[in-house]
Amino acid sequence: MSTTVTQQLEGWGRYPRISAECVRAGSRRDLQDAIASRDGKPMLARGMGRAYGDAALLSSGITLLTERLDRILGFDADTGWLRCEAGVSIAEIVRIFLPRGFFPPVVPGTRFVSVGGALASDIHGKNHHVAGTWSSHVRNVELLKSTGEIVVCDADHESELFRATAGGQGLTGIILSMEIRLIRVESPAVEMESIRVRNLEEFFEASDAASDWPYSVGWINGLAKGNSLGRGIFMAGRHAPAGTRVKKGPLALIPRRFLSGRLLQSNLLLNGLTARMFNAAYYRKQLRRNIRRNVGVYPYFFPLDAVHRWNLMYGNRGFFQYQYVVPPDPEHRALRQTLSEISNSRTLPVLGVIKEFGPEQHGGLSFPTPGVTVALDFPNQGDRSLSLFSRLDDIVADAGGRVYLTKDARLGRDAFRRMYPDWERWKVVRDAADPDGVFQSDLSRRLGLTDAVD
Amino acid sequence: MPVLILGATSRIAQAIAAEYAAAGETLYLAARDADEAERIAADLRVRHSATATAAAFDARDFDSHPALIAAAAEAMGGIDIAIVAFGETGEQKESESDFRKALSVIEVNYTGAVSVCEALAAHMAAHATENRSGVIAGISTVAGDRGRPSNYFYGSAKGGFSLYLQGLRGRMRRHGVHVMTAKLGFVDTPMTYGLKTRIPIASPEAAARAITRGIRRRKDTLYYPRFWRFVMFAIKAIPERLFKRLSV
Repeated sequence: MSTTVTQQLEGWGRYPRISAECVRAGSRRDLQDAIASRDGKPMLARGMGRAYGDAALLSSGITLLTERLDRILGFDADTGWLRCEAGVSIAEIVRIFLPRGFFPPVVPGTRFVSVGGALASDIHGKNHHVAGTWSSHVRNVELLKSTGEIVVCDADHESELFRATAGGQGLTGIILSMEIRLIRVESPAVEMESIRVRNLEEFFEASDAASDWPYSVGWINGLAKGNSLGRGIFMAGRHAPAGTRVKKGPLALIPRRFLSGRLLQSNLLLNGLTARMFNAAYYRKQLRRNIRRNVGVYPYFFPLDAVHRWNLMYGNRGFFQYQYVVPPDPEHRALRQTLSEISNSRTLPVLGVIKEFGPEQHGGLSFPTPGVTVALDFPNQGDRSLSLFSRLDDIVADAGGRVYLTKDARLGRDAFRRMYPDWERWKVVRDAADPDGVFQSDLSRRLGLTDAVD
Repeated sequence: MPVLILGATSRIAQAIAAEYAAAGETLYLAARDADEAERIAADLRVRHSATATAAAFDARDFDSHPALIAAAAEAMGGIDIAIVAFGETGEQKESESDFRKALSVIEVNYTGAVSVCEALAAHMAAHATENRSGVIAGISTVAGDRGRPSNYFYGSAKGGFSLYLQGLRGRMRRHGVHVMTAKLGFVDTPMTYGLKTRIPIASPEAAARAITRGIRRRKDTLYYPRFWRFVMFAIKAIPERLFKRLSV
């Protein structure tokens, strides 16, 4: 018997917002019961709801909340292999294992994601160029299929399903647990070098020069134009040696409860003026061209987590993140074209990030591919935002690039198919694993990923 | 202090186990779903380096209870704290139309709970020494304080269990064994999931802290959240003539 409760759900971008029938699972038996009593309805597992758009939304069907499947099942301190349930968050892993000298092999920009979501999105981090995606560090995954059967997939057994589950947006089955290998770190500090870059040329110079650093990322001003296109701050990092002391940043002095997006929830806060001021201040905050210092893992890896529910600052209308990757090109034509398109669009790119990716390895829907990725947050300005994105989609798809499905709320089917040419191969594996098409999401319906097999 | 938890897979029981594991106590987790109990034990071993064992336990298999208590005591070298945390709300409407459903609710929440408490009482009385006293903590509910149409099978079984614990408390006193009744109000568990109410709902972790604190302080009856003591005092004071007309 599973109690279903109708809840308002939204992604991190707060758009779209839906009413969903939810079951909160306390154990894997609850999930099996929910499948057995689903009465023909489609289903989708949802972790911490940090996907930006509709990847973790299911409008008609049953949403299985996995936040309470949060048990750590085993840890080998000699090798770093951690076995845990899907609802365990990266925040928990860092909290428990950093004091023991371990760190997740890949972390995204927020620590409030579940490991199930991390695998379903096949997340990347600032170390993608050397470490690959989340799934490159996962050795097996326990998957609950729509038949109620539990399969363990790895590189040998059900290897295609294993690969399709990585980046598979939760559509191959319910991820129950996985084994992920943590890396050893000597201290909870990060050595960081930040370089002010005036344009794209300087960004790529800095990025090339930092290729031996395991972590690298750039903050980019999406409003900069012309000769300043790509202006920002490039940041390289590495785990610091034992005994490294860190200096606390200014945010550490503000009591937690004052650092909440709830206090600044408004549709008016982010406008042309504040977007410009924010971007200018971020650039000028760094007075010297080059700074080296030691910081903690939290400000380095998860700077935005310092402000609880910062997404509320975009107000009720929500926001979009447009994250895309374009393949390497010595002249960076597609990159320049997209950035010019954005800075000339009268939209408000508030916060932007740029990074060079390493090699690709995936089962069809993973995002990272060699090249440059850019992610920019835009307040939802309706058609103005959407028409910009469809112009960008064309440039990105023409260049052989793609947008990140986990951040997406509006990509069309045709553009999707051009960007993810392997999608059909992925769908064959998915359909074989779930022939009745039980696992669906609003994203999968929008992109035609779970349509009935003809 | 070895701790035995019966019904270890409930969210409150898991949080209680985590409290004791963090304090370095040895745990024995008994539950109907032994595989799930084992996953919880594994979690305590990794997070807290605790010694935790899982075992299968069926509240309605009364004859098996003494052996289970003996096995737990054997595994941990005694039992200092036993927490009776299992329960089954059932569906009131189903219980009204099918007595077997009602019987299951009564057998789990009353007969089964009494059966394990009797086995525990016998064990603890036999093993009580000057420096080992023992605590039995039973998790009951404010719904057991007054019968209401919406959940009276569950409420009466739990209410009966509360009365039983009251009696046991007096009986065990001379053995130095303490008996605590925890009467819980709204806690964020499957029972209250989706409940639309303006009454605050406590987290399972907060309830677990209150219960372990109550055990440490040898409380007789603990209401949690605490305001429920006053709410139930007021509800019990309503004359039956009026109460039966209220739709509560």
